[in-house]
Amino acid sequence: MRAALAALGLILCLCGAARALELEEDALFPARGGEVARLSVLSTTDTAVFRPVIEAFQADNPGIALRYSVAGSRELYAAIQNEGAAYDLAISSAMDLQMKLANDGFAAPWQSAPLDALPDWARWQDRLFAFAQEPVVMIVSRKGLGDLPLPQTRRDLIELLRDHPSVFDGRIGTYDPETSGAGYLFATQDARLSDSFWRLAEVMGGLSPRLYSSTNDMLSDLERGRLILAYNVLGSYAAPRFPPGSDGVVIEPEDHTLTLLRTALIPRSAARPDLGGAFLDFLLGAEGQQLVGEEAGLPRIDEAALAARPHLRPIRLDPGLLVYLDRLQRRRFLEEWNAALIQP
Amino acid sequence: MRGAPVSLRRRLVLWLLALAAGLALLLFLTIRTVAGQAAEASLDGVLGAATLAIAEGLRGGEDGVELDMPYSAFSILGSISEDRVFYRIDVAGETVTGYPDLPAPNETSEGVGPAFYTSPYRDTEVRVAAVSRTVLVERSPVPVLVLVAQTRAGQEAIALSVARRAGLLGLGFFALAAVLSLLTAGSVLRPIDRLAEAVARRGPRDLRPVNHPTPRELVPLLDALNGLINRLRGALARTETFIAEAAHHIRTPLATVRTRAEIALRQAETDETRETLRRVIRAVEESSRSASQLLDHATVVYRSDRLAADQVDLARLIDGLADRFAPTAELKDLNLVTEGTAEPVAVPGDRLLLESALRNLIDNAIKYSPSESEVILCLGRREGGVEITVADRGRGLQGQTQSSLSRRFTRGKNVDDVVGSGLGLTIVEEVATAHKGRFGLEDREGGGTCARLWLPSA
Repeated sequence: MRAALAALGLILCLCGAARALELEEDALFPARGGEVARLSVLSTTDTAVFRPVIEAFQADNPGIALRYSVAGSRELYAAIQNEGAAYDLAISSAMDLQMKLANDGFAAPWQSAPLDALPDWARWQDRLFAFAQEPVVMIVSRKGLGDLPLPQTRRDLIELLRDHPSVFDGRIGTYDPETSGAGYLFATQDARLSDSFWRLAEVMGGLSPRLYSSTNDMLSDLERGRLILAYNVLGSYAAPRFPPGSDGVVIEPEDHTLTLLRTALIPRSAARPDLGGAFLDFLLGAEGQQLVGEEAGLPRIDEAALAARPHLRPIRLDPGLLVYLDRLQRRRFLEEWNAALIQP
Repeated sequence: MRGAPVSLRRRLVLWLLALAAGLALLLFLTIRTVAGQAAEASLDGVLGAATLAIAEGLRGGEDGVELDMPYSAFSILGSISEDRVFYRIDVAGETVTGYPDLPAPNETSEGVGPAFYTSPYRDTEVRVAAVSRTVLVERSPVPVLVLVAQTRAGQEAIALSVARRAGLLGLGFFALAAVLSLLTAGSVLRPIDRLAEAVARRGPRDLRPVNHPTPRELVPLLDALNGLINRLRGALARTETFIAEAAHHIRTPLATVRTRAEIALRQAETDETRETLRRVIRAVEESSRSASQLLDHATVVYRSDRLAADQVDLARLIDGLADRFAPTAELKDLNLVTEGTAEPVAVPGDRLLLESALRNLIDNAIKYSPSESEVILCLGRREGGVEITVADRGRGLQGQTQSSLSRRFTRGKNVDDVVGSGLGLTIVEEVATAHKGRFGLEDREGGGTCARLWLPSA
């Protein structure tokens, strides 16, 4: 069944080129019963991660066929903004771009009981909703570190790097904010939250860091021992590759740990906003949240977890996110970043 | 064709309610307006501060203008409510960043503070703050314009919540006013009710002036009422006096006529003449009795207003009356019996009135009794008072009610052959009422009528 579904599902979109939307994956989940309606979801999250949620949704709604397309966050933003692509739900980890879509009026309002139960910090108006909260962590290789202590805060990390430059030289990895949207968001939020970020950048800059645009490459290099430290990585990507007891230690910095909210919105151009809303309701309902947490491996929205781990700082869903999207502001930030990190 | 009478209470309450509704509405509108303006002013303040913060982050650089936009500038705009935010930065008339289609102000103000205006934008309406600055780029001044716009959801939310509260306040105010207006109407109109009650409580013969405490506004009405009562009393008194005078003036000549007729009867020679004279005597007797009853009645009416409060010995009174009526009774071979008159029995009352009442009762009993029967006058104590019973073997009530018999000038239906005016029982009843007593007529066992007059002994 699963193989047949996957075989049916993995169909390349032939008209994709005409729309100038480059899809990384495009899967069709046929309706369980007779097809009554079709729901189109555009997402930045891999199909494999979402499959359990989609299958459970279809078990509840056997008449709905679901097309799940995966694209990069910039492509998703452009597709919704151009209003050329008729998707019923847009799911993205790029909070800033999602916020800009909602702010600029490309999101349709949606109200329902599961959404009303969301905490205030996990929604913006009735247009943008978070369904997972993912800590942004650093990963340290135990082997590479030797008998040096594990850093628990950025201050620890700065001292460690400063005191042992020979250990870390050329073996620090982080996102390149110029090419990675997530890396840019994490860097700007770090800069906003603490002054120690620029000191850290200066220190890292002196240790010829490697800059990545792909999470996978960075984690692979860590596994292979080319890196000792990966800074600012999404915890949900790191956890399955570095289970407890393995070489990579996942550390949530205690001074502050950025927490990314994975968000969904119903585009104003949706053909069936009601179906998009139904999927959103399922995603945020009790069953959907459980599947998100246990099957998809994305930490569910949980106020209790925030209370228990006070160092977690969810990135605020408010128009402040627009600031670093500004062209001049971006140019200025990247200039600063390059000045700090790329040292002769 | 007149409708239902106007209700002062309803009119008063309606006016008060209308007034309260008007005031409540005014209160609601005032709060809304003031709160709306206050909300706009405070939100404008935040918007202006954000705009100024961005303007202050603009500085001249090597290649044009550099921007350091404070994160809080936008973040703070979302603090009151989740409003959408737009901005636009123009340098030397060219939009360098932000939303190029954001509407610019009509006239650029050169002031330091921001200029505010409201404008439609995209699918919504925004409040815009505009700040103009001059920035030095390579030592030459360049004009810069910063626009920050915010949707009005926050202000609308505040206005809505204020309106809801103001509405509740207005409703509460109105409800309070409604209750107070009902109480006020009640309190204002209570003296009128009290006066009406005081007047209605009076007995049918109570013609004293009304001396009830009333508010100043009702004094003219009260004066008018008392004037009317006075005139009415005067008119009544004059009428009674006139009747008494008339009766008196008729009675005296009638006595003379009767005497002459009796003399003539004795001297008459033919049966025909004698019969005619007997009829004359009978008619005169009837007129005379009517006249004296009219006089009695007038006396009763006159005296019952100012009752003499003597102690009257009923035993002596009844004995006296029995003696006086004995000759009349003998003419019909009637036996007039008195019982319970051995001991003196005193009641407070008016001797003249009581005598008049008893005389009428005994007169009736004798009149309607058949020959050779018995009339019993009985005096006894009963229910904290004294009861006088006059029992005869006459023709009884024959189904007629007492109230119909004691009406003025009304006589029973079975009395055609007996002389009478119809005032007798009326007099008895009025005397009983004046003494706070009771008078009753009932059929007697074995035929005849029994009249009971009960008087309180204190």
